[in-house]
Amino acid sequence: MVDTTLAAPLPIDTDTAVESPARRALRRLVRRRGAMVGLAVIACFVLLAVLAPWVTPYDPIAQSWMTVRKAPSALHWFGTDEVGRDVLTRVVFGARASLMAGVISIAIALTIGVPLGLIAGYLGGFVDALISRLTDAMLACPFLILAIALAAFLGPSLGNAMIAIGITATPIFVRLTRGQVMAVKVEDYVEAARAVGNPRWRIALVHILPNILPALLVQATLSIAAAIIAEAALSFLGLGQQPPAPSWGSMLNSAQRFLVNAPWMAIWPGLAIFATVLSFNLLGDGLRDALDPRER
Amino acid sequence: MKIVKLALSALIIVAACTAAQAQSTLRIGLAEDPDVLDPTLARTYVGRIVFASICDKLFDIDEKLNIVPQLALGYETSPDGKQVTIKLRPDVKFQDGEKLDAEAAKFSLERHLNMTGSFRKPELAAVDHVEIVDPLTIRLVLKAPFSPLIAQLTDRAGMMVSPKAAKEASDKFGLKPVCAGPYKLVERVQQDRIVVEKFADYWDKDNVHIDRIIYLPITDATVRLANLQSGGLDLIERLAATDIPAVHGDAKLKLANPVGLAYLGITMNLANGEAANSPLGKDKRVRQAFEAAIDRDAINQVAFNGEFMPGNQWINPENPYYQKSLPVPKRDLAKAKALLKEAGVTLPLTVDYMVPRGTENQQVAELVQAMAGEAGFDVKVRVTEFATSLNESETGRYQAYQIAWSGRIDPDGNIYSFDKCKAPLNVSHICDKEVDAWLDQARLTDKLAERKAIYEKVARKALDEENIIYLYHQRILVAYAAKLTGYKQVPDGIVRVVGISLK
Amino acid sequence: MLTFLGRRLLQLIPTLFFVSVIIFSLQQLLPGDPATIMAGEERDPAVIAQIRAQYRLDQPIPIQYVYWVRGVLTGDLGESMRIKQPVRSLILEKLPVTLQLGLMAIVIAVTIGISAGIVSAVKKGTVWDYAANVFALWGLSTPNFWLGIMLIFLFSVELGWLPASGYVPLTEDWRQSLASTIMPAFVLGNAIAAVLMRHTRSAMLQALGSDYVRTARAKGLFERAVVLKHAMRNALTPVITLGALELGTLLSGAVLTEQIFTIPGFGKLIVDAVFNRDYAVVQGVVLVTATIYIMLNLLADITYVLVNPRLRS
Repeated sequence: MVDTTLAAPLPIDTDTAVESPARRALRRLVRRRGAMVGLAVIACFVLLAVLAPWVTPYDPIAQSWMTVRKAPSALHWFGTDEVGRDVLTRVVFGARASLMAGVISIAIALTIGVPLGLIAGYLGGFVDALISRLTDAMLACPFLILAIALAAFLGPSLGNAMIAIGITATPIFVRLTRGQVMAVKVEDYVEAARAVGNPRWRIALVHILPNILPALLVQATLSIAAAIIAEAALSFLGLGQQPPAPSWGSMLNSAQRFLVNAPWMAIWPGLAIFATVLSFNLLGDGLRDALDPRER
Repeated sequence: MKIVKLALSALIIVAACTAAQAQSTLRIGLAEDPDVLDPTLARTYVGRIVFASICDKLFDIDEKLNIVPQLALGYETSPDGKQVTIKLRPDVKFQDGEKLDAEAAKFSLERHLNMTGSFRKPELAAVDHVEIVDPLTIRLVLKAPFSPLIAQLTDRAGMMVSPKAAKEASDKFGLKPVCAGPYKLVERVQQDRIVVEKFADYWDKDNVHIDRIIYLPITDATVRLANLQSGGLDLIERLAATDIPAVHGDAKLKLANPVGLAYLGITMNLANGEAANSPLGKDKRVRQAFEAAIDRDAINQVAFNGEFMPGNQWINPENPYYQKSLPVPKRDLAKAKALLKEAGVTLPLTVDYMVPRGTENQQVAELVQAMAGEAGFDVKVRVTEFATSLNESETGRYQAYQIAWSGRIDPDGNIYSFDKCKAPLNVSHICDKEVDAWLDQARLTDKLAERKAIYEKVARKALDEENIIYLYHQRILVAYAAKLTGYKQVPDGIVRVVGISLK
Repeated sequence: MLTFLGRRLLQLIPTLFFVSVIIFSLQQLLPGDPATIMAGEERDPAVIAQIRAQYRLDQPIPIQYVYWVRGVLTGDLGESMRIKQPVRSLILEKLPVTLQLGLMAIVIAVTIGISAGIVSAVKKGTVWDYAANVFALWGLSTPNFWLGIMLIFLFSVELGWLPASGYVPLTEDWRQSLASTIMPAFVLGNAIAAVLMRHTRSAMLQALGSDYVRTARAKGLFERAVVLKHAMRNALTPVITLGALELGTLLSGAVLTEQIFTIPGFGKLIVDAVFNRDYAVVQGVVLVTATIYIMLNLLADITYVLVNPRLRS
């Protein structure tokens, strides 16, 4: 599901650089056209999601039994769905659910995964072994099955789908954080901090964490892309967003019966998912390149 | 594009013809993979479709739901209703060469009654024991009169198995079933296909014209239809109602669409746990308001292109037991609002509306949500996995539960287990001693007029109490290639394979 | 080397233990009672009780777990409640199907991913870089179930070139077999092409900047020969092992794809089993696939260490 390529950590080097590493990274990011396009598209969707009630012509849950499954026209630019709701409006409102699902589930994964990874990487020994074996076990189980089981257990709803996806995405961040921590903790500045007598938690939070943030940022961006697809998959199986609230995945779920009669019901949400996920992927790849210290 | 399509089709046809021997094969697309192919242990609807080719039963039904002979020639019920004598058809062989006689019939029925894990036990619960009268006659002695019994014998409970094969295989019989149907099982790959071939010594072999049948489970209805359209299948079951225009528009396809035995209804929680302590559960006027707010015709139109049949009783309006004195009501929003006002309910009234996942189910649920919303109900649709919804319904964690029932030939099968006190399917926990008495009474006689009169009393009470709001009856939608001739669809949805041929 | 191998093999045991506990407890947490679902529509209480007793569902969960583990250690993975077939034989039946699908998907993924990665690295910064990126990424960005249905619509219904569903074993008719698996393999392979592209690109960039390539260029060899011969050889090793590792991702993707295309593989088996609460099947399949995945991981790690001795510390 997710790519686990590790980007090397960027050491904080405050006295010899002419421009700060963050500036340098930003400059390189801006130069990557793909990432910029991705960022623009994401910004567009976020804007649409936030301004949804003001930019859409119809009410997303208002049914109209006379205009069921109408083809795209001047009145309904994306056509109507199986109970007569405007597809364009639902796609825009659906951005809220899908974007939230992507961001919040990965936020959950970060909140649980990063501390666990820090502990495992820094403490080592038995704690590390325990956490690592558990992480390996979770990664070995097919992600979708875990997500389905969790979502079914928690009860079908968008919130629970986010929790389910978040939990199943956690092992990736545990493993990534742990790897980064282990690479960084042997660096000079960490040794120095320890020699000075800093408590372990301070070293972890102040010295180690900032240096592994770039790698986490890259992975988080790419994982959000995968999480949006995962939400679509869960909603497709009926385990996500509950009717009548729209989400792109649940719209695809309803659309599958009407692919021959009303293909627009599937095309627009599908394209929306594609555009958003592709943008997150491009952005993530761009970030990785920009933060890669090997590049000039 | 058209020329390319034609050329490709021609190539494929030529290739197929040269590849095929003189053997004719019928390819049937099923909506699910059947479970175990043992008539005693089977429990899925789709399994019955496969059984139609491999296992004959004592009786069968025709398109008008009349009971007709199959392995049995006829039956006689004693005046007290406690003894049913059945005459068997002579010269019938099982697929392993064994004879069907009274011994074999007794063995089969006792297997259904006594085997561990038998799902036929509840169906034959009325039978006390089976006696042999002569080599071709058996007598079922009942604990109490039970008129729906013969209807049970037109399904799996009436399927006869070869005693020799069953004794040898015991509970592994389903892997290589040996019955007395027109085809015998030759191959089964789970979730892939079931292949059956003509049984040369079938008792009605002159009417079997197709050499081989292959059943292919394809869960997605769109894909199933695509296969039929491309020629990969010859017949599919459970066509989606919204795909009917596609079938009508294709000259190579035909559609069979009798109204089925099933219904979809909304079960209300009357007394099952905490959730029943709401105006919806306690006051029948609120439930009547809910029903009045629903526009059955609109649901039928929007969700099913008008193809299904709105209903308000547990049997469909074309059934002889349907009470014409209680016709399907039209939507009456004013009445709904008035009833709610009369009941003194503070609006909006929240309703926990549970619906098993499935795109058709969900669409209907959303329509109900919008309709009831106009009367003042705040319907919270909760799409639940089917397995979970069963659990929730039994433990009372719901207020309204939209669920279908596949339907039985005898009207008793559609009402007894739901409305009788403490019956297994009575998840609304309705309990009315009067209704219970009537339901039992209707089982004592097999005369239509008498039973109908009893059921009229039940219908009046049930429709007043609204423990189940019946919405509509689905049509059996079977689409098949025009080259398949002689196909007649019986309202139980089973694909019968005798008397059909491929041109 | 041997100590490394030994240590990794030892780690297998707690990992598999955790896998078994995770999947066992997750099933038990699932609401819904398998006995009720297995009992058929009538849900007769006597039938339900009998099922519970037969499959030990009335025993406390730790006891059920012990019974199951005992069975696994003797090679008995239990029996499917729904179809009464031993889980082991079900798995053996389905494994070649999913394997064929997986291998075809990997071939497709490697073709798309590696070529896109090479183009993207060599033409870095140009519009070709951007195009190759999008080309490889679009598979990862589209829901596979949506893509699958669209493909069926186009190639089976409209054009009639490929069968809409079903599976023909390779041994039976290799032409039909390929025809029935090419679309699902494409859907699956697409998704992991992106991962391969990223790695190829990154490895190629690293190799292209390395000393021996600069030396080759200085010698005056033809540009393309430089790229192909020197850079690729170094870049491909990690990529190939990654392809094998992605078999784990394939199974997740296969779940929905097999449903749409009706391929009787693991994915379909497991999703049906989850929704039908057929515990034994889910446990058995997940255990087998997890084991395969962990083994592949181990193989990949060994390959890395063999190739790069510096990693052994």
